[in-house]
Amino acid sequence: MEYVIAFVVGGLICVIGQLLLDVGKLTPAHVMSTLVVAGVALDFIGVYDKLIDFAGAGVTVPITSFGHSLYHGAISEAEQHGLIGIVTGIFEVTSAGISAAIAFGFLASLVFKPKG
Amino acid sequence: MATKAKSNGSNQMTKQLYKQQAAKYQPKRNVLLNSIRAFWVGGSICLLGQAIQNIYINFFGFTEKTASNPTVATLIFLSVLLTGLGVYDNIGQYAGAGSAVPVTGFANSIASAAIEHRSEGFVLGVGGNMFKLAGSVIVFGVVAAFIAGIIKTVWKMIV
Amino acid sequence: MNNRPSDFRVSRQTWHFPNDVRILSTATAVGPKEGEGPLGALFDKVYDDMYAGQDSWENAERQLLEDAVNLALKKANVTGQEIDVFFAGDLLNQNITTNFTAEKVSIPLMGMYGACSTSMLTLANAAAQVNSGYANKALAACSSHNATAERQYRYPTEYGGQKPPSAQWTVTGAGAAVVGTGGSGPRITYATIGKVVDMGIKDPFDMGSAMAPAAASTLQAHFSDTGRSPNDYDLIVTGDLAAVGFPILKDLMKTDGYDMDRVYNDCGLMVYSADQDVFAGGSGCASSAVVTYSYLVDQVKRGQLKKVLVCATGALLSPVSYQQGNSIPCIAHAVAIEGGGS
Repeated sequence: MEYVIAFVVGGLICVIGQLLLDVGKLTPAHVMSTLVVAGVALDFIGVYDKLIDFAGAGVTVPITSFGHSLYHGAISEAEQHGLIGIVTGIFEVTSAGISAAIAFGFLASLVFKPKG
Repeated sequence: MATKAKSNGSNQMTKQLYKQQAAKYQPKRNVLLNSIRAFWVGGSICLLGQAIQNIYINFFGFTEKTASNPTVATLIFLSVLLTGLGVYDNIGQYAGAGSAVPVTGFANSIASAAIEHRSEGFVLGVGGNMFKLAGSVIVFGVVAAFIAGIIKTVWKMIV
Repeated sequence: MNNRPSDFRVSRQTWHFPNDVRILSTATAVGPKEGEGPLGALFDKVYDDMYAGQDSWENAERQLLEDAVNLALKKANVTGQEIDVFFAGDLLNQNITTNFTAEKVSIPLMGMYGACSTSMLTLANAAAQVNSGYANKALAACSSHNATAERQYRYPTEYGGQKPPSAQWTVTGAGAAVVGTGGSGPRITYATIGKVVDMGIKDPFDMGSAMAPAAASTLQAHFSDTGRSPNDYDLIVTGDLAAVGFPILKDLMKTDGYDMDRVYNDCGLMVYSADQDVFAGGSGCASSAVVTYSYLVDQVKRGQLKKVLVCATGALLSPVSYQQGNSIPCIAHAVAIEGGGS
């Protein structure tokens, strides 16, 4: 059942992205930025963690979860160290994603040529 | 002066009329079909993420909280591999947001820029261009989290 | 040269070339997708690899332009030393493909930019120089490459962005023509230089809609200046209006009283077949160049077509201009090519 929910919820978030592209006539960069900010906002009002409990990877794989993780890292650090925790904690949770993307992206540029 | 204003006015009208005339021949985007494709491809990527996460939990001793890091890293690896093999752009043309919205799309935007600009060298090419598409996602995510974090923290201090 | 300069100028936009100006030879070099298209067999050189044996997309485009130029010289049985002036352009910043190629062939260069209209912009100027006697022989050429254009105007080639059906596929290829006098080759009789037209279209993935009014403006000027009508030609082609711009242009011309149905086609629709996944059709400088310098010139040489009008269309946007919210300024240049004895 958790697979079905992950599929449906993840798929629906992608449909929202598609509607922003096709109906909203936004560029992909605008769509992604909008979704990330939406992830921050949903976590700010305390919804995102409930969504994760419900849909698992359905909401942790889409880019909205990047916003959720940024906000989460900032807040949990801020709870311990005050305002300075916001800047020190912001990348704490998202480190895996960004580091992996940079490292693998760089390695790919060593190995692959663009295919066109 | 008056004639100039008038010609500008009629020019605006011609442009409006032309837009209507051209619209008759512009192919409409098939929103329903695009959405169905985005739904099943995006859903499948999330389903794959769920499966990978469960493997990390069941076989490698991760907890539900800690498993998300290796899951994301694995999906990013797969996406970068498919980008390098020249497959991800074809998936993207079919699936649209379905392959762009998941974290794999974020990785694709980084890897495709890195591979494309390799010909300009590692520092100015790869290093300088890697985030030219993904950068806006990080910038807006961080700025939004920063502002939301300050509001939340200050509010807690006051209350 | 017994014609006086007063015979050359028809109007502010249209030039007449009475001095037996002819296309002495043409040559084309293309990439794999164009080679698989309906005109594949007519191209002089077809690469089965987008890299054309080079290590970068930009070098591949240079290779294509060099091939087209060298083959055209060879077919005309002349060396670079016998060519007085080289008119050329491409789509890349600072016309960089052209500049490197011109260095190799060592012909005095006049680099030109007209986006995808460069093919006829260069041919018109080559004809004018030969007609007026400033050059005995002139060379006109242009190139475009799908991957260099993608990366300059849009996204990295491996980026998974989805394109709408009105998008177009930049043709990978180059075309060149040697222009001179004498012989029995196709004659260049008229050229009509376009004015920039901007009807407020902003979508960079819909160039056909943006460019059609520019093509209509140039064609109408050509017909009224020369006193000709569409039916005086056996074939009229536009450069790269493709499936969206093609019906719009017919509509615009009909509104102005010119019926194009019988004679009109578009190079962007001719260069690929419908099953090649090219969205609305081909685009780029090479779209009009490789069709004109292969199929059209062949047909005129063989007498299958007697009078042809090529109206190359260009969208003069830059990535910065459309990101700053400007609409797309467009232009079109037309050249009349006619068969006929020596």
